[in-house]
Amino acid sequence: MASDGPPPPKGDSDNSPAQPTTAQFVEVQESAEFGELRRTYRSFAFPLTIAFIAWYLLYVLLSNYAGGFMGTKLFGNINVAFVFGLGQFLTTFLIAWFYAKFASQKLDPKGAAIKSRMEADL
Amino acid sequence: MSPTIQLSEAAGIHLANSDASEHRPLIITLFALFVIATLVITVWAGRQTKSAADFYAGGRQFTAFQNGLAVSGDYMSAASFLGIAGAIALFGYDGFLYSIGFLVAWLVALLLVAEPLRNSGRYTMGDVLAYRMRQRPVRTAAGASTIVVSIFYLLAQMAGAGVLVSLLLGITSDAGKILIVALVGILMIVYVTIGGMKGTTWVQMVKAVLLITGTLLITFLVLLKFNFNVSDLLGSAASNSGKGSAFLEPGLKYGLTETSKLDFISLGIALVLGTAGLPHILIRFYTVPTAKAARKSVNWAIGIIGGFYLMTIALGFGAAALLTPKEITDSNPAGNTAAPLLAMEIGGGGDSTGGAILLAVISAVAFATILAVVAGLTLASSSSFAHDIYANVIRRGKATEKEEVRAARYATVAIGVVSIALGALARDLNVAGLVALAFAVAASANLPTLLYSLFWKRFTTAGALWSIYGGLASSVLLVLFSPVVSSKPSSMFPGVDFAFFPLENPGLISIPLGFLLGWLGSLLSKEEPDVKKYAELEVKSLTGTGAH
Repeated sequence: MASDGPPPPKGDSDNSPAQPTTAQFVEVQESAEFGELRRTYRSFAFPLTIAFIAWYLLYVLLSNYAGGFMGTKLFGNINVAFVFGLGQFLTTFLIAWFYAKFASQKLDPKGAAIKSRMEADL
Repeated sequence: MSPTIQLSEAAGIHLANSDASEHRPLIITLFALFVIATLVITVWAGRQTKSAADFYAGGRQFTAFQNGLAVSGDYMSAASFLGIAGAIALFGYDGFLYSIGFLVAWLVALLLVAEPLRNSGRYTMGDVLAYRMRQRPVRTAAGASTIVVSIFYLLAQMAGAGVLVSLLLGITSDAGKILIVALVGILMIVYVTIGGMKGTTWVQMVKAVLLITGTLLITFLVLLKFNFNVSDLLGSAASNSGKGSAFLEPGLKYGLTETSKLDFISLGIALVLGTAGLPHILIRFYTVPTAKAARKSVNWAIGIIGGFYLMTIALGFGAAALLTPKEITDSNPAGNTAAPLLAMEIGGGGDSTGGAILLAVISAVAFATILAVVAGLTLASSSSFAHDIYANVIRRGKATEKEEVRAARYATVAIGVVSIALGALARDLNVAGLVALAFAVAASANLPTLLYSLFWKRFTTAGALWSIYGGLASSVLLVLFSPVVSSKPSSMFPGVDFAFFPLENPGLISIPLGFLLGWLGSLLSKEEPDVKKYAELEVKSLTGTGAH
């Protein structure tokens, strides 16, 4: 669907976005550049996912089996359980922010370079 | 003590009748205003809905912030708003545990699912699951699991709507409740058939803004009452609850027995892994133009939903501090009316104008919440029916865009009618387990299949079918034979006992099983994985090349 002008902003562009051939996809998938993008993404997202799930499960298990520890008062009526719970909120916000920053710095430029090259060939 | 928050403990719910009837005109006026506003939006959006991409994906032109609001609107169901506040009001800290699972779950969607899905799919979850598989069997499975998840979720909301609205309007007759369920059903059919994804998205945004504003207002008033001293608020809640410092510690709800502790672990896993497999959430990522916008919309959603759950802490403990436990349970045994009651109390009590206004506002917000969520769920299931099952399985990909959208509209009406009928029948059942079931099916059937599809080269059609049907069947069967359905006074059918499985949430068994089956199915099947299609999927999902 090579066109002379820029594609229309909405509407029928959705029906048939330009598609490279399967052979082109395979070639790109096997390229070092794409391998680098995949590694960058996976080595960030996979360990982080395991880490936050483990951190969350730790919280669930402590709530279940360490009631005495969780009930320890820290200041006023605020106990360990509250701080731990709010800590889950905090880490969620931080991880979300951290990933967004990582993705726009490390992933987006690599992905965009591959995409524009592939789409330029069409 | 159900794994999800109960909205519909129908028996024995009543707000003192005199209160209800005094406030009724104001509540009805606010409801009507919301309905009229959303209908205007729907008609306006409907006039702009021409192509299939408009109907299914809102034209893909929403901004990240708009979609973030809409995602929040879709996610913050009445269960989160009324249920979590009520659970905190009655069980203290254990109510707060829910919100943490519901929030952390978004990281799975953010890190692993939202962007690849946006890049490689078109309208439904099935697009991604079937991408490199044999289309018809996998589309059928994806459609089945989408519709099961959405209908269970929908049914719980519908029955909850009937109970809630009846309660707030003081309607107690069966006919009145059925009428409310029917009204909700008809409105959701109208939103979806006319407005499609565009209309539904706007309804979600309006609802999210109303919900956040209403919650902010009550939170502010509660904190003001305690001079913004959270420790004092917690202290009053603990002493007023009659449970002392145990009220501020984990265990009042889940720490009773070893079984209930296991149940809590099971629930925790289902919550954290279920969100990223909920079809009505997944299709929201198609409404923005790029994967980057999908990522940003999840970040907005995490901020909005996180902020909202933080406020529910103030609502729940505020209700515990300012109302007596008896006031809360007399109105609704599961505590679902704690938030509206708190609004009335904080506004000056039932006899004051301030109390009446705040009660009406919060009730209208709760109603808006339910309406918007059911519309989102209906859209997800009718989209999947039309796009996965009708267009790709029945018509083998030969249906025109017009025929597909027409099928989606018919499917909406059919799903709406079925939900009205089931919602009316289930109006007196405790259907809270259905939401838990929806999360468990999403985590057991959808999430493993999605993750394998996106990240595992050797995944095959057989693996996809095993994980979808295995996850679906195991979670449905385990719930069927759990205390959610029979054996306990709080069960759906309390009079009989066929509860062989002790846990209310099946996730602990069914989620690992879903993952295991997907892996085994791929290894044991003789079929070779389609590595070329995987190359396409992988390159698309990470770079956005050729994305719709």
